[in-house]
Amino acid sequence: MIIAIASGKGGTGKTTIATNLALVAPASQYLDCDVEEPNGHLFLRPDISEKRDVTMPIPKIDEELCTYCGQCAAACEFNALAVIGKKVMVFSELCHGCGACTFICPEKAISETTKVIGCLEIGTAKAVETDELFFVHGVSNIGNPLSPPIIKKVKKLVNDDCFAILDAPPGTSCPMVQTLMGCDYCLFVTEPTPFGLNDLVLAVGVARQLKIPCGILINRSDSGDDQIQEYCRREAIPILMEIPFDRDLAFAYSKGEAAVIHSQSLKEGFQKLHQRIVAEVGK
Amino acid sequence: MKELTIISGKGGTGKTTVTAAFAVLAKNTILADCDVDAADLHLILTPKEISNADFIGGRGPQLDSEKCTRCGECQRLCRFDAIDFSEESGYSINEFACDCCGLCALACPEEAITMVDTINGRWFISNTRAGKMVHARLGIGEDNSGKLVTLVRQQGKLLAQKEGSELLINDGPPGIGCPVTAAITGVDLVLIVTEPTLSGMHDMERVHGLCRHFDIPAQVCVNRFDLNLVNSQKIQDYCTEHNLPLVGEIPLDPIVNKAQVARQSVVEYDCGLVSQVVRDMWDKVEKELNL
Repeated sequence: MIIAIASGKGGTGKTTIATNLALVAPASQYLDCDVEEPNGHLFLRPDISEKRDVTMPIPKIDEELCTYCGQCAAACEFNALAVIGKKVMVFSELCHGCGACTFICPEKAISETTKVIGCLEIGTAKAVETDELFFVHGVSNIGNPLSPPIIKKVKKLVNDDCFAILDAPPGTSCPMVQTLMGCDYCLFVTEPTPFGLNDLVLAVGVARQLKIPCGILINRSDSGDDQIQEYCRREAIPILMEIPFDRDLAFAYSKGEAAVIHSQSLKEGFQKLHQRIVAEVGK
Repeated sequence: MKELTIISGKGGTGKTTVTAAFAVLAKNTILADCDVDAADLHLILTPKEISNADFIGGRGPQLDSEKCTRCGECQRLCRFDAIDFSEESGYSINEFACDCCGLCALACPEEAITMVDTINGRWFISNTRAGKMVHARLGIGEDNSGKLVTLVRQQGKLLAQKEGSELLINDGPPGIGCPVTAAITGVDLVLIVTEPTLSGMHDMERVHGLCRHFDIPAQVCVNRFDLNLVNSQKIQDYCTEHNLPLVGEIPLDPIVNKAQVARQSVVEYDCGLVSQVVRDMWDKVEKELNL
């Protein structure tokens, strides 16, 4: 079972919910898909047993064979190649690694080399009651603009036998879509403010287009207005949990401490949340 | 004309709260909401639209199934697993997985796939009580958010020139990826809004790394600083060590959410401590920008 924890708006508590859920759910696997700013490791403190580079193919021009015809530059939709006189320039930060230039070159003068854009770290963490929690995260290199290829690699490590939890990046564009694709269920974490609602509506739109069933968790549920509840009622989206603001909890979070270890009632709350998600997926 | 971008790395640290307050405090400014896939600034500034236009982000493949002979070449070559196949309907393009690279169109021996302009969103110029604003809406699940950010910034600059404004304030997106890069390259100053949590600090360091990568001057503001004073001290130490001016520490106060629910910036809603800190911070930023 693959569950995405997403939000639209940043800072609503995706990582808090994803890590706490991973800590109480039996046979769980936590995969951090927020590769630009991965934070789950700060709370789960995993033992990393393996580190792999994530690479992307980029073109390499054989100047001996190149006739400077310019077809590669014309074919590239990302303007990652330019032919100026007798020189082919490759702008690797614009390249998407699609292979169109290699394919089109009539002289077979373009081969591919790889560029490291980030890494994957794989390990295990201690869960609250179960023996082991499987941990994976992707980390995008600073200056690398493209996160979807790294997210894709993280998702290749999903273990189907586990309760796999994908911690999604904020927003509603490619990195978030890449994370949600193929999930069985999406839990949106929101807060009861105009920003929270505005971004939630957009994010629910993505889940609906992808035909992924979804539910809502309202974090800091007493800190704004009641517009989220009204929206959920109107749209018939189930609210699976509400967590009121708690300064002690926010303090524990700030130190990287998991809520379920601090509070028995939250531990039970997250166990219930796990059961509700499983029930929702079964529907 | 000067350009300021407000970013954070981590989402939800208060970028838009700070941007909206600065917008109200700044005189003669233009605003650009560069968080195009989860734009929120309009919720506070309630813009009145003057003009709007489609955002043509690039081109995307269109498959003519009449011409398709089901040779499968497109699916074999596609590196994004974006070509689906079913016995009933043959090949089709999964637009969510598609990267719009055009390789399938180049490769199709039947020329059944052509690249056509794609509309990925809309952008707007509006009047607000704090000045004119450029903002956009990326279509749901659409690509090219970096390009749309670039467009919003360009339009913001044009507007600032036209109106004779001396400042463009960009509300940035979270993360460190392509939309963030598009929002900060070449600006005069970046303000990083962080919070004293491990996540906030971790992400501030990464986004500061990005600023250094592009050689852009940055300043730091700590939001909800009193949530964890030990961590706030660590942020101060980091700033001192890296020669990063720390321009303000905003306390954790329910007034921030109340202002948002009332659709006002904190400086309009209240004149308490939060408001005072934000005003002081604006004075420092204004000075740094030589306005």
